[in-house]
Amino acid sequence: MGEGATALAGGTDLMVEVNFGHTRPENVVALRRVEELAQWEGGRIGAGVTWRRLERDGPRALAQAARTVGSPQIRNAGTLGGNVGTASPAGDGLPFLAAVDASIELASESGRRTLRWDDFFIGVKKTARRPDELISAIQLPEALPDRQEFAKIGVRNAMVIATVYCVVTRAEDGETRVALGSVAPTTIRARRAEELISSVASPGEEDLREFARLVSEEVTPITDHRSTEQYRRHSSGVLARRLLERCLR
Amino acid sequence: MIVSFKLNGEETTARVTGPLSLLDMLRDEVGLPGSKSACEQGECGSCSIVLDGELVCSCLVLAGDVEGSEVTTVEGVAGADVLHPVQEAMHEAGAVQCGFCTPGFVVAAVDLFESNPSPTTSEIKEALAGNICRCTGYGAIIRAFEQLAGRGT
Repeated sequence: MGEGATALAGGTDLMVEVNFGHTRPENVVALRRVEELAQWEGGRIGAGVTWRRLERDGPRALAQAARTVGSPQIRNAGTLGGNVGTASPAGDGLPFLAAVDASIELASESGRRTLRWDDFFIGVKKTARRPDELISAIQLPEALPDRQEFAKIGVRNAMVIATVYCVVTRAEDGETRVALGSVAPTTIRARRAEELISSVASPGEEDLREFARLVSEEVTPITDHRSTEQYRRHSSGVLARRLLERCLR
Repeated sequence: MIVSFKLNGEETTARVTGPLSLLDMLRDEVGLPGSKSACEQGECGSCSIVLDGELVCSCLVLAGDVEGSEVTTVEGVAGADVLHPVQEAMHEAGAVQCGFCTPGFVVAAVDLFESNPSPTTSEIKEALAGNICRCTGYGAIIRAFEQLAGRGT
């Protein structure tokens, strides 16, 4: 992408900034009708794939997340690549990408490179994308865990930026992943909780309680106009435990 | 720049300067004020239109991005002197209070009934989740579409 150009996908983030006068891009590269970006083959999801398509055809927890994004109007327009590019701590698709260790594919005139999610997301709305790079695709691993669940907590069902987002996955061998959004500057994994529960074949009440406690301990939320630090910390543990229990059923 | 696109079936051109939304272009440059401007952040749905077959908020579309595209606004859902069945159903049910949100509801409901002629009540509610009525006249709006879906009482 040319120097100083702004990429526009579904417009659900950028156009809000434009309408409110927060940004006034001089050169916009409109990506909505770039066919290559809408391609989706196996685990390689083109950056231009919309929530609407993910809701229908995505892996279970990503489809669950897509289904709760905004409204039909927003899901028809917004894309996974745009969600990744905006890199909001509250990005709906990001906990799933973190849970499965997805990679972000970046394209520029000098070629393509792929960064793992935790090398790509470096802060609140900050990524490792160079200005000349375009997010071209999101690469999921070949094998995804059978058990995967997504949920978020917010004040209403539609059109809400939630206060906690969570994905829990559990593989046949017990390996468990827990990813959370809106409770740290970037989407995070609760690695100590993962480690604890992955080695337990049939978690009992004690294990589940300790799992929830560790999740609450590992998140680093803030208090803002949407929620408090305390509530986010508490609900992170509750939500992760609930999703783990669904995975174990 | 000059933007050329198909608007309600007719080839149209409009002049835009700077980063303008499709909504502003429709209202201020083309002179079609049916799509309403309220939240300007895709939350209220009062600017709903159909762009290349997809129901979207026109406030979140960059005007220049519709070059060569097809756009249907509330002005284009029915012929000049007739009502669309969705409009008729809203009229019959008294599903209009102040009327500001009505165009958005009409466009979203037309889109729903095109893909699903007899939606359930929960399907109606989900399809209209992106349209907000601040008179909170939802009861009559939902009833209108239940009737149209053949599910009314």
